[in-house]
Amino acid sequence: MLDSFIKKSRIKSPWLLHFDCGSCNGCDIETLACLTPLYDVERFGIINVGNPKHADILLVTGCVNHRNKHVLKTIYDQMPEPKVVVAIGACGLTGGVFRDAYNVVGGVDKVIPVDVYVPGCPGKPEAIIDGVVEALGKLSEKQNAAAAAVAAE
Amino acid sequence: MQAFEIGLNPATFGWLLVGLLVAPVAGGLIAGVDRILTAKCQSRVGPPLLQPFYDAAKLWGKETKVSNVWIAFCSWMYFTAAATSCVMFFLQSDLLIIFFVQAVGAVFLVIGALSVPSPYSQIGGQRELLQIMAYEPLLILVFVGIFLATGSFNISAVYAMDKPLMLESGVVPMVLLFVVLGYALTIKLRKSPFDISGSHHAHQEIVRGVFTEYSGRYLALVEVAHWYEVVLVLGVVALFWATSWYAIVILLVLTYAAEILVDNITARLSWRAMLGKLWASGLALSFVSLAWLYAF
Repeated sequence: MLDSFIKKSRIKSPWLLHFDCGSCNGCDIETLACLTPLYDVERFGIINVGNPKHADILLVTGCVNHRNKHVLKTIYDQMPEPKVVVAIGACGLTGGVFRDAYNVVGGVDKVIPVDVYVPGCPGKPEAIIDGVVEALGKLSEKQNAAAAAVAAE
Repeated sequence: MQAFEIGLNPATFGWLLVGLLVAPVAGGLIAGVDRILTAKCQSRVGPPLLQPFYDAAKLWGKETKVSNVWIAFCSWMYFTAAATSCVMFFLQSDLLIIFFVQAVGAVFLVIGALSVPSPYSQIGGQRELLQIMAYEPLLILVFVGIFLATGSFNISAVYAMDKPLMLESGVVPMVLLFVVLGYALTIKLRKSPFDISGSHHAHQEIVRGVFTEYSGRYLALVEVAHWYEVVLVLGVVALFWATSWYAIVILLVLTYAAEILVDNITARLSWRAMLGKLWASGLALSFVSLAWLYAF
């Protein structure tokens, strides 16, 4: 019974960590707009936390460069399982207009595995909320896969 | 401490269960109502009522990842002390002993936070110590006031009175003590303006203050321990008008509504301002009140 309540709770209590990986702040403003009374993501139990150790979903905006790829990797590693990653905006997806710059690595998925891609320049708040909901689906898939793996052993 | 001497009679056992099981559930529900009302104050819809339970269950199911064993040990100690002090309250034990057990738990939370080199956790731990330094003397002065009014530190002495504690000795001293208790309640609820070590609202934090290093199930334990502590402090609030259940409910609702209002209209203080304001006004109010109680 506790297990099924925990499973349900994972979907109902996604805590977000937002990492600006060198974005122009457009996507960041749209991400933070989700917390305002207009969008109010706390309706879904979503909280914006500042600590990777408490987070379930990592939102990454901006293109990764050679200086901050280590930071991104560290933050990802500090998050306890189960976790999912959402990349936001053209830059987060592919590097966007900066993709050919000498210091740019490219999209977020060059450094860490990305589960959901939210396109846009910047991504709209509606699209970001949609992406997070999509990510919740992935989260439950992941935990089912983990449970199946345990059962198979 | 009669309750302990007779052993477990059915009524004692019932109150033990209330303190152990009903109290945290009530604490979680209070946290849920709190989050909804706070959201309403900010013209938002807010999370479902059961959100605190979802949060705690999710945290319990997360991967265990801690920097060292002290985090795990300290979170269990904090949880145990909070639960014990809450159960002792419902068993009508001695206020001073309840207070010391609760203080031990609060200190273990700090020890855990200080056991890691993370600067966020260190600052959070030190600020939590400042908060403890600010509210513990006030809380003990409130208990001394209750002692002067009833002649005993035992909670049963308060229940044995035939008129509400608030009306004792011409109302004024007890109202002053109630205000002082309100300061301690604000700190214990981690609400503005006294939320300097780690806010009740995660999004107000740069990292997470004193909770930074607690994660997964250890953060869940800290969360549930917090529910126990909230019920304990609200229990002490209820002692001030414990002659009827209606009065208790009305007093608690009014007090908590005031807390939510204050939380929403004030900003976090600096630690110097917090200590200065709390000690200046809290100690002054308690001394006036205690002197009054002693003289009349």
